[in-house]
Amino acid sequence: MAEVMLPMKMEMANDPSKFTSPDLLHVLAVDDSHVDRKFIERLLKVSSCKVTVVDSATRALQYLGLDVNEKPIGCKDLKVNLIMTDYSMPGMTGYELLKKIKESSAFRDVPVVVMSSENILPRIDRCLEEGAEDFLLKPVKLSDVRRIRDSLIKVEDLSFTKSINKRELETENVYSLDSSVPLQLKRTKI
Amino acid sequence: MNTVVAKLQRQFQDYLVSLYQQGFLDNQFTELRKLQDEGTPDFVAEVVSLFFDDCSKLINSMSRSLERPENVDFKQVDSGVHQLKGSSSSVGARRVKNVCISFKECCDVQNREGCLRCLQQVDYEYKMLKTKLQDLFNLEQQIVQAGGAIPQHFPSYTILRPDIRPCLDA
Repeated sequence: MAEVMLPMKMEMANDPSKFTSPDLLHVLAVDDSHVDRKFIERLLKVSSCKVTVVDSATRALQYLGLDVNEKPIGCKDLKVNLIMTDYSMPGMTGYELLKKIKESSAFRDVPVVVMSSENILPRIDRCLEEGAEDFLLKPVKLSDVRRIRDSLIKVEDLSFTKSINKRELETENVYSLDSSVPLQLKRTKI
Repeated sequence: MNTVVAKLQRQFQDYLVSLYQQGFLDNQFTELRKLQDEGTPDFVAEVVSLFFDDCSKLINSMSRSLERPENVDFKQVDSGVHQLKGSSSSVGARRVKNVCISFKECCDVQNREGCLRCLQQVDYEYKMLKTKLQDLFNLEQQIVQAGGAIPQHFPSYTILRPDIRPCLDA
């Protein structure tokens, strides 16, 4: 019978000392489905991200301090590096949330990834046109999350990257390792 | 002691594989198990528990919407089916997901009778899966209690899938 190789234990995600590192990517995940919230949270933690999960677009705006008339000061110490939102949600949709974020001066540069269980091309186009970083089909794969994380880490230039990638290199043998030069990330785009 | 553990582990593996072979689970369930580790030994159980809660709630509300033939809220039913399809897809509950596909079709054409049949079927399937997974988790517990480790065995649905009618054997 067929077997899939077991990936290395996710020690990093469960090591508390690593968690408190300020260099961890902080992801805000938005989904009205309890099952999907739990799933995306785990995917992100396993990918060494700090995660905040909310159950609606409204709550996401509240968290970001964008719910009332946008405060000019906002929340200075709130650093969100990525927002991942479901598309279909009751009340405000993920698309509407995307628009609000891109309209805000405080968060317009934060990458927003939209997730959906439906592969509807006009929907995808609309989101990308509105500035979404990416559009993922559910169920989201660990490889999707890692790919996005890696592309953001490159942009953010976090010193933490090297230890994450070194560990994953040892397990997966995906990248070629040349010890004489700094680790190079190969960005795989499907 | 050793043989007790080995026997239980064998049982666990065989049972897990059978759930794939009979079409109850697909590769998404494999992905869930891969995300579980020693630090989070209850992850899969917690996610499926949330799923079964969802099923119960959604089935109840859809049942209410379908109750009176002269006043069916198909929009509400459609929303419920959509949510159910989504969460079943997220946990790898293949049979439940497949019923949702038919369910949506009945909803789209406002076929109340069809919807009622699908509702009944989805109720049956989720309860069946709940029992099966409970048995699987019980086996896990027995292995741990006997001092053994849970087999890190990840069946691949695409290899095990029956290419004939998805009927239960015996």
